[in-house]
Amino acid sequence: MAVLNEEQEMLRDMAREWATNESPVAAFRKVRASGDPEAFDRDAYGAMAQMGWSGIIVPEEHGGSDFGWLSAGLVVEELGKTLTASPLVATTLAAAAIVLGGSDEQKAKWLPRLASGETIGTLAIDEGPRHDPAKLSASVAGGKLSGTKAFVHEAHGADLFVVAAANGLYLVEKGDGVSLATRKLTDQRSHAQVTFDAAPADRLDSGGDSLLDDVLDRARILTACEMLGMAQAVFDMTLDYLKQRVQFNQVLATFQALQHRMADLFGNLAMMRSAVEGGLQALDSGFGIARAATIAKAEANRVLHTMSREGIQLHGGIGMTDEYDVGFYLKRARVLETSWGGTAYLRDHFAGTSGY
Amino acid sequence: MATQPDVKAPGADDAFREEVRQFLADNFPPELKGKGNALAGVDGPTQESDAQRKWREAMGERGWGTPTWPREYGGGGLTRRQARILDEEMARAGAYNPIGGMGVMMFGPTLLEYGSEAQKKEHIPPICRGEIRWCQGYSEPNAGSDLANLQTTAEDKGDHYLVNGQKTWTSGGQWADKCFCLVRTDKSDKHRGISFLLIDMDAPGVEVRPIQMISGMSPFCETFFTDVKVPKENLVGEEGQGWTIGKRLLQHERTNLSGGGSLARMMGASLSDLAKKYLETDESGAIADKVLRDRIADFEIRWSAFLLTARRAAEESKAAGGVSEISSVLKKLGTKLGQERAELMIEIMGFQGLGWEGEGFSEAELAGVRAWLFGKATTIYGGSTEIQNNIIAKRVLGMLDHQ
Ligand SMILES: Cc1cc2nc3c(=O)[nH]c(=O)nc-3n(C[C@H](O)[C@H](O)[C@H](O)COP(=O)(O)OP(=O)(O)OC[C@H]3O[C@@H](n4cnc5c(N)ncnc54)[C@H](O)[C@@H]3O)c2cc1C
Repeated sequence: MAVLNEEQEMLRDMAREWATNESPVAAFRKVRASGDPEAFDRDAYGAMAQMGWSGIIVPEEHGGSDFGWLSAGLVVEELGKTLTASPLVATTLAAAAIVLGGSDEQKAKWLPRLASGETIGTLAIDEGPRHDPAKLSASVAGGKLSGTKAFVHEAHGADLFVVAAANGLYLVEKGDGVSLATRKLTDQRSHAQVTFDAAPADRLDSGGDSLLDDVLDRARILTACEMLGMAQAVFDMTLDYLKQRVQFNQVLATFQALQHRMADLFGNLAMMRSAVEGGLQALDSGFGIARAATIAKAEANRVLHTMSREGIQLHGGIGMTDEYDVGFYLKRARVLETSWGGTAYLRDHFAGTSGY
Repeated sequence: MATQPDVKAPGADDAFREEVRQFLADNFPPELKGKGNALAGVDGPTQESDAQRKWREAMGERGWGTPTWPREYGGGGLTRRQARILDEEMARAGAYNPIGGMGVMMFGPTLLEYGSEAQKKEHIPPICRGEIRWCQGYSEPNAGSDLANLQTTAEDKGDHYLVNGQKTWTSGGQWADKCFCLVRTDKSDKHRGISFLLIDMDAPGVEVRPIQMISGMSPFCETFFTDVKVPKENLVGEEGQGWTIGKRLLQHERTNLSGGGSLARMMGASLSDLAKKYLETDESGAIADKVLRDRIADFEIRWSAFLLTARRAAEESKAAGGVSEISSVLKKLGTKLGQERAELMIEIMGFQGLGWEGEGFSEAELAGVRAWLFGKATTIYGGSTEIQNNIIAKRVLGMLDHQ
């Protein structure tokens, strides 16, 4: 675990307490049962914003706390543990895009609203079912953006889309020229295909050529934080279960075959945590971000994949039931694994950016 | 299980092949081409169309749904060679075996070995005709991997047993007509106190409660027995012989759950063919994503090796006469590969492979997601992978218990 300062420790403890008490997995069940396509609880998000979580990476002059990425990651990890359904990650990423590439005017207009939770933002980048930022065909003519974005996270609640077009990133507000087609994925959160038909668009001009890559690095790292929380939670609930469940007159935890499996998973979890924290620290220090982001997401993919599979397996039959929580993590895991680069993409990306 | 010996009469194969072709031409409704067996799964009620019913009846009449089972009980009485020819010809015609389920996979073969003449006469023919669904009453809340710990009791009441207790994870319990059950007839001996009993699901005192699974389906039940009267003639084998019989049934279950053939058919088209539909190819037709291409090749190689292993094991166990311990190895390998395939498929399809319901996904894609989730059970049921490992270590490799 990264060494935290006092403020970060307080923040983490607060997030942990809130997630445990106010947003246990039962809260996600409620959201799911409601069938609301937004798939999050507005009051709960309001409370999160009140605690300042939506403004952690936003500069103070724009209404944020500028606590840094490690702090944002701590919160997202805690929320990942309980599968809190919220647009916090999406909004933070939209804010990050504006911090990196927005003009003073754009920053002044949007950052305070995103930080306060009043506006919900999200990224709309990929145009196909697999992450491929090299292939974008959305285009802008006369300040109007047209194109279709597939599988946009948190699209139903979003007021502001950060859209990648062939020649840069644009801000597009919900409204004229923006239409959604729901895509219900296995995690039962908000996803949609978003079509922009000559929607008024405002270019983010200040980020330079690497703006899209820089935003994607942040998307990979913050998503990996959520995945870390999920992996930790699955590990903890599985370990607890093995310590309780009796078969052959022994608790399962006494079986060496299972002890070694848990030891392996524990080792992998340690690697995942280091990789994810490494990504956050790179963001805060500003060095080696691209490489750290690839490592963070690739390890998150690998470890959460194994953890979620093993979590079900080690629970036996009960792990297959909807009534038990562990299955929710498996379903969310594959959606996040697919987001911003699946394993094959990231391995290729890593080799390519490493020059081999 | 009694089957006829394989004799090779020159020309006989060809004649039989001709007979099969004619039968298929006369009886297989073309509109069912490429469809699957509604009975095989335990994941839903059987809603047969007219064509499906006709096809089932034709095959059942002939006994070809259970091709190697003895004719006298309604089986096909075919040799294994003939059964293979039947398989080949069905595949060629896009036909499928309409007879299946737990009765065919595990209960039938076990009853043929251990049942009384009267029991075989009563229970085997309806299985061969696909008229009945059986479910498996083994697991209990505290008897999962430790199956012998089961506590459902069957008390001897003279002409009947009085059954009380709870089973869990009874797949398809809500649609089953009958249940083959392990019950406790003696509390003083863990293994020898177990008996194998057949229970009517509509007998008074039997109650099933479906449980929803992570795949969204509810084929999974808790089954409660409260003072259920079961006639004595429903005891299979001797009282106290249930553990032996029950374990033999599990060997059949494993063989069926991992059997290369059925798994291969279940998986359908090759992964690489499917991948080409979803992934870009370069000018030479190769999959452009080299990382995924490498992983697909790795999978297909291991999958081929598994199929060869399954075939070799089938030949060896046939030569040795009966199901073998290797069924544990096959179950462990086959189920793992099945899961790997589903995972790889999702990676190949990206978000398109994660649809839960509604717009934007093909029927096959939506079914694939549910199958991926349901498939997580294959390494748990029928003896989990861990339990297979224990069996392999102890019984096959002769290694000792570590405790
Ligand atoms: C989809 C599905 C359908 C099923 N259908 C039926 C059915 O129709 N009828 C029926 O009777 N049962 C059925 N079962 C039950 C199934 O057989 C049990 O789930 C299985 O035996 C495992 O038992 P359990 O769930 O209690 O897990 P547990 O025994 O509690 O095991 C939990 C974990 O510990 C591991 N473990 C247990 N003991 C050991 C050990 N000694 N060494 C190492 N690892 C160990 C297991 O492998 C597993 O990973 C079904 C199960 C599923 C998931």
